[in-house]
Amino acid sequence: MTNTFKKVTESIKNAPAWQQKYREIMLLGKTLPILPESLKIDDALVPGCESKVWMFVEFDLTESSLVVIGDSDTRIVKGLLALILALYNGLTPEQVIKIDAYEEFEKLGLISHLSPSRGNGIKAMIEKIKTMAQQKVL
Amino acid sequence: MTTLMKLMTVLEFDINKIRSDFPTLNQTINGCPLVYLDSAATSQKPQSVINAITEFYTSQNANVHRGRHSLSEQATNLYEQARDKMAQYFNVFSNEIVWTKGATEAINLVANGLKKRLDKSHTIMISPLEHHANIVPWQIVSQQTGAKLVSLPLNKNGTLNTLECCDFIKQIRPTLLAITQVSNTLGNITDLSPLIRVAKEVNSLVLVDGAQGALHLKPDLRKLNCDFYVCSSHKMLGPTGLGVLYGRYEELNALDIYQSGGEMIDKVYLTHSTYRPAPAKFEAGTPNISGVLGFSAALDYLNELDHGKIQRYEQKLFNYAAKKLVMIEGITIYSNLSDNIGTLCFNFNNEHPYDLATLLDGYGVAVRSGHHCTQPLMAHLGVNGTVRASLTFYNTFEDVDIFIHSLKKCIALLD
Repeated sequence: MTNTFKKVTESIKNAPAWQQKYREIMLLGKTLPILPESLKIDDALVPGCESKVWMFVEFDLTESSLVVIGDSDTRIVKGLLALILALYNGLTPEQVIKIDAYEEFEKLGLISHLSPSRGNGIKAMIEKIKTMAQQKVL
Repeated sequence: MTTLMKLMTVLEFDINKIRSDFPTLNQTINGCPLVYLDSAATSQKPQSVINAITEFYTSQNANVHRGRHSLSEQATNLYEQARDKMAQYFNVFSNEIVWTKGATEAINLVANGLKKRLDKSHTIMISPLEHHANIVPWQIVSQQTGAKLVSLPLNKNGTLNTLECCDFIKQIRPTLLAITQVSNTLGNITDLSPLIRVAKEVNSLVLVDGAQGALHLKPDLRKLNCDFYVCSSHKMLGPTGLGVLYGRYEELNALDIYQSGGEMIDKVYLTHSTYRPAPAKFEAGTPNISGVLGFSAALDYLNELDHGKIQRYEQKLFNYAAKKLVMIEGITIYSNLSDNIGTLCFNFNNEHPYDLATLLDGYGVAVRSGHHCTQPLMAHLGVNGTVRASLTFYNTFEDVDIFIHSLKKCIALLD
């Protein structure tokens, strides 16, 4: 896990009520750079039901660590996406595989956002990153 | 709301008694009392429905139409009585009622049953208000048979112009008009009578999607004069997994079979079979007996209430909610505020409906967000999705107050 993740999740963990938790998540979403329209292509869409999420997962020039960028048309999902980016960005594939994102979301009291009925594609984002990492390790 | 108004509402309609009949409504979500505004997706169930299902599996379980033993006879009687109740509810004959697994299956049954009769000289007409379930089956049938698929014109505000639609039907003379009674997304009620009258003049078959209308409008199908009407049990206080197809008998019996197997046959030889007349020939295999019995209890429940009272109460509730929602700055309402079963479809500025629905859930308010299985309608309205709050007679004025109050708090959170 990256230090960025620890830093950004501090305020979410400490939020006394759900309202503040969501506020922090949405604020976190605002810190993500806006993806240029030219990159909001269908191929980059994460299959989710309702919100649109565009995500690119690549390796850096040295082919050693993961680079994830993305955007979403909803505030909450964008915030959750920012969390995922903070969780995985800059890690090696080996490190990525070792991370249990579910456990991290559980710790933050956000596990319900991984339920299929939310239709937000968060689960699919995590799967996409993990698959990339696994392919690299193999 | 004044005390006098509240009192009058109570005298008219015993909402406290009704709420005590629905166990699901009496719970907290995220520490707040549940405000259930998603009845257009599925209605909650009265205790009597839950009891009927439990009783069936506790003491009545047997297959229907088969055994000569007492349990089977009893199950068959109860199963067929439910069909009678459904027929009475719609003022039609019992042999015109087919049990399906849902309104969707009922439409698929008709679409497949008409297929052999269709070719490129035929036209199927739908409207832009339709749920995907009343679009996609017709697209597939059209692709398979070469029949043309056309759509009625829709006003910018999501209502159908009666005169324009009548002219269009006269001009196109469709083989079949498949149209919804009520938009599931907007709640808008379409006055179908003039459209059906014109459709009948040009010898069109008419299928009405009653998924939203069946509970709130309790239509007299003889008067409505459609050939087919579909609805689903779970949107009418009954269990999931059960739907209804009404078909004017000669048209129903003329449909080709959809699924085959046991129960629907008359004689089976190794090389060919003969089938029983409708409705049996459309009910292959062991049916959803517990679902039918649960739904039977739902129909009893509805019959005990005065439907006129239900409608008046729902209208008052809807008007109250609409007035409050309109007053919030930045809200756009897409629903027609008259001729509506009680559904408010809206957005706040350019905010994504997903965010609002998620935040509302924090306050225990259950609404739907998204395209509501009506992507063509969303495109017509120029939006990707909306929030939908749908009211039913078990909702209260207090529910509306909590909804509006919570919505304002959610909007403040987005700032």
